[in-house]
Amino acid sequence: MHIFEGFLPSPWWQLWFVFSIPVIFFGMYRLNKLVSEKRELLPLLAVAGAFIFVLSSLKMPSVTGSSSHPTGTGMAAILFGPAIAAVLSTIVLLYQAIFLAHGGLTTLGANVASMGIIGPVFAYVIYKAGMKANINFYVVVFLATAFADWATYVVTATQLALAFPAEVGGVAASLKAFLLIFATTQVPLAIMEGALTALIFKYVIQVKSDALVELNVITESVLNKIKGANQ
Amino acid sequence: MKGEVIFGVIAVLFIASFFYGMAANPDSEFGGADGQAGDVIAEIDSEYTPWTEGTFVDSLKFEPPGGETESLLFALQAAIGAVVLGYFFGYYKGKGQSN
Repeated sequence: MHIFEGFLPSPWWQLWFVFSIPVIFFGMYRLNKLVSEKRELLPLLAVAGAFIFVLSSLKMPSVTGSSSHPTGTGMAAILFGPAIAAVLSTIVLLYQAIFLAHGGLTTLGANVASMGIIGPVFAYVIYKAGMKANINFYVVVFLATAFADWATYVVTATQLALAFPAEVGGVAASLKAFLLIFATTQVPLAIMEGALTALIFKYVIQVKSDALVELNVITESVLNKIKGANQ
Repeated sequence: MKGEVIFGVIAVLFIASFFYGMAANPDSEFGGADGQAGDVIAEIDSEYTPWTEGTFVDSLKFEPPGGETESLLFALQAAIGAVVLGYFFGYYKGKGQSN
């Protein structure tokens, strides 16, 4: 999903900054509030950030004959909301842009939009809808995070298609070409990410379930149901 | 245990799909999808060059001299994340047991 440095012409790279910067600032405000009001949740925040660090560094081979990496942002989005996930993603993307020549500073706005904002929003919305519909907690986590991962790459394909419409067929033709790369390669990776995140949530429930209730991620009654099923 | 078993099955299926991918694409080096997108851009607009080339943007960044350094930095990123994950899960687990 990394759009490389300079690979978005004007006005696209500016537009994506305009889109992303307000969300990052709102996320920093939310983060500040969280840190000052619920200090005891700081370790869980570190875990969510670390999860993004690990997953976004793993370039995994896919069945299509190319490699890509998961995003890890779904977990942070479910725990802390999309805005805080955006801040955590920005940190990772800055590290990769500055030290790894992976992604770019001028394309940071676009990359934060896909990985840090739109993907996490998908995770958050699917999670909330799934929990409201009373579906099994782990199934909902799997669906939310797998789909967020996949959506991130669909957004990247869209960003590139908008900036590079084909001479014949325009944006639609370009989108098809970019989706063929990103969306197909990402399917097995998204499934892996969803499964791994669901497993991690099992451990979070084992060791720190009270934090999930405090963050309004799950209700007390749902928690008791999950714990009952585990025994 | 159930969760671990389901995850294990999905992981095995993922690895199997990778081997199938290797067999189906014998010439592929499994390069990054990000790079392939660059090839598509070159197809759409053969004259496009990243506009940041040679500008001050390049001087803000560290360019790894080669694949070895790059993989070191990627491994470092994963290692830092893994340490944090392990530390806090261990901390919470130990705390839970001592109560």
